[in-house]
Amino acid sequence: MASLGFALAYFRARSGTRAAGRPHSRPGYHGTFVFLTTFLPAAFLIAVWSAASPPLVGSLVMNGLPERELSKSPAEISLTMGTIQSLAHGLELIAPEQLAEVRTGKPVLGEILERRGIPLASAPLPFMVSAAVKQYDLTHTSMLLKWILGLGLAAAGLVLGSLRVGPTFRARNSVEGVILAGLAAASTVAILTTVGIVFSMLFETIHFFRHVPMSDFFFGTVWDPRFSAAGQSGASEGQFGLLPLLWGTLYISLVALLVAVPVGLLSAIYMSEYASRYVRTTVKPLLEVLAGIPTIVYGFFALITVGPFLRDTGAALGLNISATSVLTAGLVMGIMLIPFVSSLSDDIINAVPQSLRDGSYGLGATKSETIRRVVLPAALPGIVGAIMLAASRAIGETMIVVLAAGIAANLSWNPLEPLTTITVKIVSQLTGDLEFDSPQTLVAFALGLTLFCFTLALNIYALYMVRKYREQYE
Amino acid sequence: MTVEAISTGSAGPVANSRSLVEQSLKRRYAAEARFKAYGIGAILIGLAFLVIVFASIIQRGYTSFVQSEFHLDIFLDKEVIDPSGTSDGNDLLIADYPALIQDALVTALKLDPKSRTDVRLAGTLLSANADTAVRNFVLANRDQIGKTVPFWVLASGNVDSVLKGAFDRSIPEERRKLNDKQLGWIDSAYANGLLAKRFNTGLFTFGASSQPESAGIGVALIGSLFMMLTVVLLAVPIGVAAALYLEEFAPKNRITDIIEVNINNLAAVPSIVFGILGLAVFINFMGLPRSASLVGGLVLALMTLPTIIIATRAAIAAVPPSIREAALGVGASKMQSITHHVLPLAVPGILTGTIIGLAKALGETAPLLMIGMVAFVVEYPRTPLDPATALPVQIYMWATAAERGFVERTSGATLILLAFLACMNILAVILRRRFERRW
Repeated sequence: MASLGFALAYFRARSGTRAAGRPHSRPGYHGTFVFLTTFLPAAFLIAVWSAASPPLVGSLVMNGLPERELSKSPAEISLTMGTIQSLAHGLELIAPEQLAEVRTGKPVLGEILERRGIPLASAPLPFMVSAAVKQYDLTHTSMLLKWILGLGLAAAGLVLGSLRVGPTFRARNSVEGVILAGLAAASTVAILTTVGIVFSMLFETIHFFRHVPMSDFFFGTVWDPRFSAAGQSGASEGQFGLLPLLWGTLYISLVALLVAVPVGLLSAIYMSEYASRYVRTTVKPLLEVLAGIPTIVYGFFALITVGPFLRDTGAALGLNISATSVLTAGLVMGIMLIPFVSSLSDDIINAVPQSLRDGSYGLGATKSETIRRVVLPAALPGIVGAIMLAASRAIGETMIVVLAAGIAANLSWNPLEPLTTITVKIVSQLTGDLEFDSPQTLVAFALGLTLFCFTLALNIYALYMVRKYREQYE
Repeated sequence: MTVEAISTGSAGPVANSRSLVEQSLKRRYAAEARFKAYGIGAILIGLAFLVIVFASIIQRGYTSFVQSEFHLDIFLDKEVIDPSGTSDGNDLLIADYPALIQDALVTALKLDPKSRTDVRLAGTLLSANADTAVRNFVLANRDQIGKTVPFWVLASGNVDSVLKGAFDRSIPEERRKLNDKQLGWIDSAYANGLLAKRFNTGLFTFGASSQPESAGIGVALIGSLFMMLTVVLLAVPIGVAAALYLEEFAPKNRITDIIEVNINNLAAVPSIVFGILGLAVFINFMGLPRSASLVGGLVLALMTLPTIIIATRAAIAAVPPSIREAALGVGASKMQSITHHVLPLAVPGILTGTIIGLAKALGETAPLLMIGMVAFVVEYPRTPLDPATALPVQIYMWATAAERGFVERTSGATLILLAFLACMNILAVILRRRFERRW
């Protein structure tokens, strides 16, 4: 229909061109204008209707239930509604004459559905069948109305849009206005994502703090969530202390930074100050390959190569290193972060003005003295920012620690023992069968929010540092 | 100090400071050399890590591209497959194919069919899922029932490890998974071509399985493909549109500032947080099915969006203002100058950024764990709403599986994933080289 509008307006505008000299906009714009007036309002209506209709129908059907059913517990009501939903779905599949038979009130629906190969848990009660028929009718009426109104609106848009097509009509400006609005809307998707992240976690976190007091979560030193046992709420409450997880996260990140910062920073210095063009253009992409390897591959590498290697080396030296340990996870994560640190520091060191170096050489300093006494202090704020970005990355890293850090939540200093992190616990609490009202599941959202706030603070501060540093020398 | 000394004309202090400098020079040059060596050392360590990562995975994974299979002439016995003679689909489905294969193997190994131990021992050489290929053949070619047909059937994981040299024969017989008799059969079968290593097509086509030899990444590949399609269809248009708006049209004000900071931060949010978002919004709130590749694609699209926006903005900013001004000068509107001139010139840069973003999304695992992609899926998904897994998630599941045979599969799947990523990155580099324009 919208395409029809496009064609109509296009040819009208073209014939108009011949009749009345030069119009303001080219025919294509007139066509697009009518296309938009036909399509957009109707599509919007249909989309809104489709989203709003099922809950509305559901509540209408629920209000029509007998008093006796509505006074039951929410869980039972939702079970009843579920049965009605599936009955109504079954009604879609049966033949019209069978439907008529069901309408007369005869208790035949269960039998008919069974013959169609749709099993029911229990024989449907009469009130359920009538509610299902009601839901079926309402859904169909709503669908019919939706399409009638949608097509009507499209037709109206087509007529009104076509009427405006003419030599003096500025179709291009209108079309461009719509496109601009579309572009602006696209740029808000990023904002919506952030809002979505914060709200999706905030609600569940508030929910969680109703089960577990905030102080127990933030200052508890024991992590022992227990499994949620159905039917016994009080006895299965575990302990949800954040501190062991936070400690594990920070410890592993620290080890990772101890590996990544010296290697990354020194190679960045060599590459930006010493290396010839040839070395630079070969080595830099090679090191950046490390950044392109997916984290799951690093995790597998840690699990299968680094862990056993460290364990065997430790055994030869008389040390007891477990296959999953802080050292394993930290080392592999450090490898992952090397190119991250080195390419960021490389950019930052390159941004230090040449005049500072020349001044230092003029005073007779050697190259390394210049680097240590002049270039690095000048680049320090930027490098700190880069390290903080790397730290935020390490804190949020998941797959390496899931496979290589272990699951024991301890407050231990020993880097040769397994420790666990926030991300590991989010994964273990949210995979498998979920029960969305138990603290065992909800705690994952509280952990996620903590992680998000933590990394966000680091990122904002680091980006601020890097940006301020860049401006200083621009 | 030196300048002062020269101007006063006395020779003493000059000689003194020069000798001081000369004395320290040796030390300073040594420090210089040391510092340079640290830099070279750091680079070498980085490169060594790169080599170790790849070498360890290739060394473990390359053998997974071949698979041990028995070449057997199987008699498709009508009595066993279709006793009622009706070619009923259900009969054909549940017939005892393993017995047929076992009989064929016993005959081929020239064993005594009456010795029950021998028959049982021979049977353990076959994969528990060896019958799938035969059953599918019979279902597709019902006219072949009653004839003898040559087949390649999967050998068990233990046989596979013997042929690949991973089986330790020095362990005492009673603790070994295969006894001396079985090893003898395997050796003679391998010698006369009854047993051979063939290219492992199953690795690419099979779905999930509890047996390593019949597990493959078929389902994961399709799931990943659906996800990448979703990402391309969603993230690219929205990302390019957002970048165009921010770079070309947006007024410089508070709101656009917030959007910019927000996009930069979003690029650094831990990926697992996006998974939680997907779980809360797409699955709990919007009621989309768990394990569906559509949900995975949506989450990955949101993750990729900042990358694409940042790359596109850089590509648009690199188009010189003279192009825009020329277009405006001949009477184009602002929108026309951008859609007709700026955007086409920025396309190579946008494509490069998109491919790099896609490569990142393809290797992403953590958010997919949150939305239930850790699933045992045997059937190929037909639509993006069917349960599926993704390539990295499949690697994760195999990496945590207990059986030793899965280590080889995991490395093989990792190699395939890395190959995909390498292709995408090389494509991005070629695009950049080919179309990069210096203004």
